[in-house]
Amino acid sequence: MQSEQTLSPLTRLWYPLTIRFRIMRRNLFNFLEEFLRHPTAVLGAVVIIAYVLAAVFAPYLTTQNPTRGDLNVRLFPPAWQEGGEPTFLLGTDAQGRDLLARIIYGARISLWVGVLTVGISVLIGAALGCITGYFRGWIDQVVSRFADLLLAFPFLIFAIGVMAFLGPGFVNLIAALTFKGWVEFFRLVRGEMLAEKTKEYVEAAKVMGLSSFAIIVREIIPNIFHSVLVLGTLRMGFMIIMEASLSFLGLGIQPPTPAWGSMVADGRNYLMTSWWVSTLPGIAIVILVLAINLFGEGLRDILDPRLKVE
Amino acid sequence: MRAIKVLERILATIPIMLGVAIIVFIFMRLTPGDPVDIMMGDASVSPGEIENLRREFHLDKPLILNLQGGNPLDSQLFIYLGGVLRGDLGNSYIKRKPVAELIGEHLPATIELALGALLVGLVIAIPIGVISAVRQYSLVDRLSMAGAFLGISMPAFWLGIIMILLFSVRLRWLPVSGRIDYDAELVGVTGLYVLDSIITGNKAALVSSLRHLALPSITLGAALAAIVARVLRSSMLEVLRQDYITLARAKGQLEFLVVVKHALRNALIPMVTVVGIQVGVLLGGNMIVETVFAWPGLGRVVVEAIFNRDFPLVQGAVMVYAFTFVMANLIVDILYTYLNPKITL
Repeated sequence: MQSEQTLSPLTRLWYPLTIRFRIMRRNLFNFLEEFLRHPTAVLGAVVIIAYVLAAVFAPYLTTQNPTRGDLNVRLFPPAWQEGGEPTFLLGTDAQGRDLLARIIYGARISLWVGVLTVGISVLIGAALGCITGYFRGWIDQVVSRFADLLLAFPFLIFAIGVMAFLGPGFVNLIAALTFKGWVEFFRLVRGEMLAEKTKEYVEAAKVMGLSSFAIIVREIIPNIFHSVLVLGTLRMGFMIIMEASLSFLGLGIQPPTPAWGSMVADGRNYLMTSWWVSTLPGIAIVILVLAINLFGEGLRDILDPRLKVE
Repeated sequence: MRAIKVLERILATIPIMLGVAIIVFIFMRLTPGDPVDIMMGDASVSPGEIENLRREFHLDKPLILNLQGGNPLDSQLFIYLGGVLRGDLGNSYIKRKPVAELIGEHLPATIELALGALLVGLVIAIPIGVISAVRQYSLVDRLSMAGAFLGISMPAFWLGIIMILLFSVRLRWLPVSGRIDYDAELVGVTGLYVLDSIITGNKAALVSSLRHLALPSITLGAALAAIVARVLRSSMLEVLRQDYITLARAKGQLEFLVVVKHALRNALIPMVTVVGIQVGVLLGGNMIVETVFAWPGLGRVVVEAIFNRDFPLVQGAVMVYAFTFVMANLIVDILYTYLNPKITL
């Protein structure tokens, strides 16, 4: 057996990485194997992928313009109803815009909101959670108290308040949702950090002389990553509903940009005569959020069996 | 001992409330634009009038601390906080009425809706949660859990519209909007129409207000029912596995009594916390449901105030919502110690 000294510097750097890589590959393989045995999670994933593909390739899926309509064709019913036209498969809205095109393009907003709000919230929350949980001290006091304060506001009320002050728009919407969204991840990561910190492998790393940064990033984060992933997935559905709710109230995405929440609001004035304008964009939301939640609960069953709901 | 803990918990909410008030205040002042411009709209006014308005709303004072000599607390922030302590939330820019008065007018409607939703949520969730746990993996269990899963994935505004389409437009069973019919001559006592009709013995008003309350309550209560049913089911499953349940059964206790008297009582404890957290969702959802059903509550006032840029009103209402949420969680925590003597606050 070769002793550590006789290995070339390159091998000493490279060899541990190959081991790490092999472990990762095995873990990923195990995960995929379990995942494929979880039918609802697979179903969720398939639907999510379909939505993403539709959003990316929207211009190829429909030739209709999602923002400009033709008043001559306003409030056409879906194609299968009497008076419907095959050109407008799901009918048209009050401005004569093709509903299918608007729903497809609307997926872009919802998916971006989900990804960006959760992504930024995870970054802020996890960074603060790692620092406060590992080092404690005054910074922990300050950040934790601030988080407690934010928790005193109901989520939607807070977001509505922030939107009232910032004004509507996509960037402001992301800001309003992440302003409070990070707290959940902060609390999760901080809690996990406090628990992991006392474990033996962290002690060992300290004895080996690893820096605090290296311990957090290389030792602890790989062990708590899966719970962040699970919470992040489940929060994504919630954030999409929050965006839709704000847009429904007229405080989020502004017309003519197609967003499902504002499309539902648009149709409210025509409920008596044209049921499709409000209901169909809502179905798009329900199916996407349902898929995300199915996927998230599947992930949780596999990665975090402690929390499994029987 | 318990009384001291409860008192400590009550005192701990004071800094939270203060922090809430400060955060809301600071947010409002970060808004671009001069409040006086908002108040005046397009009307042309003399500089003297503007000066008066500034004084009326204390806009001539420094923002956080008065450092130009005199009383350092003579600033907008502290005048505002002092007002909050006295229950004075300032005046609405647009309606020129005290914000507290405007909130007081619309709060009963919001409370009535929230209570209705809470009732609907619990009445649906408790039997479903219990039956699903007792008959785990049965058809009833699978169907109700699928329904609950759908319930947590559905936006309230969309459910409300489906309700209107189904029960008002198609079946014509229930009214689309409002709290009561115009011709119902109801004498106001508490502001909760259902309660008022019972107190005054006005049968027509009771029927009318219940009919109006039904759809909004179901819409708002559905998400609550879904969450509570899931939590109750899993805590029931856990309790039903305990030894003392086996003992109760071994004693020959009726199965119904085992489930309801022995198991449910303990399984309700975790549910109390969940309901406390859900009060926040209920308050937020209130705004949505009030908008869908044109329910004349606080939520609609806030949404309208946002579009009017009537910031004192938005600020006051957001604060009332946050205070309600904090108080609800305080009550839940205190309730918790009495339900579960093992817990110390």
